[in-house]
Amino acid sequence: MISEQAKQRMRELAARYPVARSAVMPALYIAQAEEGYVSRAALEAVAEALNMTVDDVESVATFYTMYYQRPPGKKVIKVCNSISCYLRGCDALIEQLERRLGIKRGETSPDGRYTLLTTECLASCGTAPVLQVNDEFVENLTPELVDRLVDQWEAEFQTEGQSQGRSPAGAGGC
Amino acid sequence: MPELIITKHLDVPGIDRLDVYRQYGGYEALEKALREYQPEEIVELVKKSGLRGRGGAGFPTGMKWGFLAKNEPRYLCCNCDESEPGTFKDRMLMEKNPHQLVEGVILTSYACRVSTAFIYVRGELAYAARQVQRAVDEAYAAGYIGKNILGSGYSLDVIVHRGAGAYICGEESALMESLEGRRGYPRLKPPFPAAVGLYGGPTVINNCETLSTVPAIVRNGADWYASFGTEKSKGTRIFCLSGHVKKPGNYELPLGTPLRTLIYDEQYGGGILGDKKLKAVIPGGSSTFILGADKVDTPLDFESVAAAGSMLGSGGVIVMHEDTCIVDAVLRMTEFYRDESCGKCTPCREGTYWLVQLLERIEHGHGKMSDIDLLLDICDNISGKSFCPLGDAATSSITSSIKLFREEYEYHVREGCCMVGPKARKPAAAAL
Ligand SMILES: Cc1cc2nc3c(=O)[nH]c(=O)nc-3n(C[C@H](O)[C@H](O)[C@H](O)COP(=O)(O)O)c2cc1C
Ligand code: SF4
Ligand code: FES
Repeated sequence: MISEQAKQRMRELAARYPVARSAVMPALYIAQAEEGYVSRAALEAVAEALNMTVDDVESVATFYTMYYQRPPGKKVIKVCNSISCYLRGCDALIEQLERRLGIKRGETSPDGRYTLLTTECLASCGTAPVLQVNDEFVENLTPELVDRLVDQWEAEFQTEGQSQGRSPAGAGGC
Repeated sequence: MPELIITKHLDVPGIDRLDVYRQYGGYEALEKALREYQPEEIVELVKKSGLRGRGGAGFPTGMKWGFLAKNEPRYLCCNCDESEPGTFKDRMLMEKNPHQLVEGVILTSYACRVSTAFIYVRGELAYAARQVQRAVDEAYAAGYIGKNILGSGYSLDVIVHRGAGAYICGEESALMESLEGRRGYPRLKPPFPAAVGLYGGPTVINNCETLSTVPAIVRNGADWYASFGTEKSKGTRIFCLSGHVKKPGNYELPLGTPLRTLIYDEQYGGGILGDKKLKAVIPGGSSTFILGADKVDTPLDFESVAAAGSMLGSGGVIVMHEDTCIVDAVLRMTEFYRDESCGKCTPCREGTYWLVQLLERIEHGHGKMSDIDLLLDICDNISGKSFCPLGDAATSSITSSIKLFREEYEYHVREGCCMVGPKARKPAAAAL
């Protein structure tokens, strides 16, 4: 379900642009933020707000990799594997993450905690290798840092499991 | 240390906020422009400064503005889609000094009589987009954007638009398609954006760094800017140094600075990682031709790099040392183009797929000698025969690496393994 508030924001965006359908990308982001991915309801809401057909919205959504077609894990980890990160040893780190998370690149863990993706150059080649966790950068990766990161994520899920809503302890640093 | 222009105040604490930016002379250029200059005078000023685009092609900026058709409304697109492998300057400019960019956008809009400007920020750069959005909001609140800016009678709207993961949207016509709410397929040119662009109106499109340079030129004058750099390549630019150097990072240098200085000088790259030997350099992002180590004394200006056989491109200088397997590195770069090909035209969509297949086969020791010429043949069928420059770009690393390192390709075929690097069978081979 897409909230009335979200639909209102989409309509406002449509009015902000010279042409309403220019708002399709930001509107898809709004819908995705509510549903976690671009669900059928998300497509319908965007189509209605912008006066487009659902198929038309879907054809846009499927062109861009950041609109998820199915629900991703709670933590989406994108590791750059383009040339500068490659020269700085990203492949070994990706394998390390695959081992620690128990999933291959492109997969989501069965418990829905993690999605591990490789991605194209993240405009961070000067601090390669790099990854993003839910759009936040972690730069200058080393095997030790990757281990610490996974430990930290695991700890966050632990605390979350014990008491819903309490902010995870010791999460600073990265 | 040469005087810096675009990165000068980058590390001033709080420069991303309007009040601090103003303490350092921010928005003075805009005030001066609205008070003292007619729009056309700013176009002339930028022409005279010699500023050339920093997005890839190096087109003279003032001349581009001068080509704009006279009908209205006109649009400006600021290209902040930075995704060329090896390039990481625009992200830094947006994150650290977003007001400088916003001031550049306003000045350019005024110069080109634009009424709506878009800043298209790559989707993956969420923090950069937040920084730019906040700067735009602050500029609206201060009366630098909006109706009747500073009482001048000039009005402008600025919209920050986030991409969503597609390298091709950095190509100017695909960017406009994307802004219009469609899939990012490039458009046929001509007509060029200056005549028929966004929503069919005359459109200026410039890179983030290009526009971030405009305030300093308006503030200090064309002659001042032109005093940096060389006769034909004026000013400074940010070189994004990455790969096998001790101190990777963004370094702003006058055009014409030797590549050797950038890589080896203690103030910049500080030399090759592990003090190994330099093998090759890609001077302008992964879409540009690879240069051999013998080109290390090339001055980094448009003409000299072209004479050396490549391009300054996006400013992404990627350094590879002697232990780099060139086939594997080229394979990695080619995978990028296969994945990012938009699929609109056959040579690029199918060709990049086959290039990757062949490179994989060679890299993994299953290649045939004839595969090397087959690679070149496919490159020839893509380059110049594709709908947009992404196709050409996909072939640069392949053709240039076969020219420079053909024996390494042949070694893979003959020996079934890499000649150098971690996958070389005989460590002794690396020492040859
Ligand atoms: C495939 C492709 C990708 C591009 N990506 C970018 C980009 O990310 N950023 C950019 O500024 N220009 C990019 N360009 C160049 C733009 O098409 C355009 O020339 C540039 O934004 C013009 O700005 P400038 O004159 O200030 O350099 C790309 C071009 C191609 C063909
Ligand atoms: S050359 Fe490639 S990216 Fe460009 S239009 Fe053709 S398929 Fe698309
Ligand atoms: S190659 Fe990884 S961030 Fe650029």
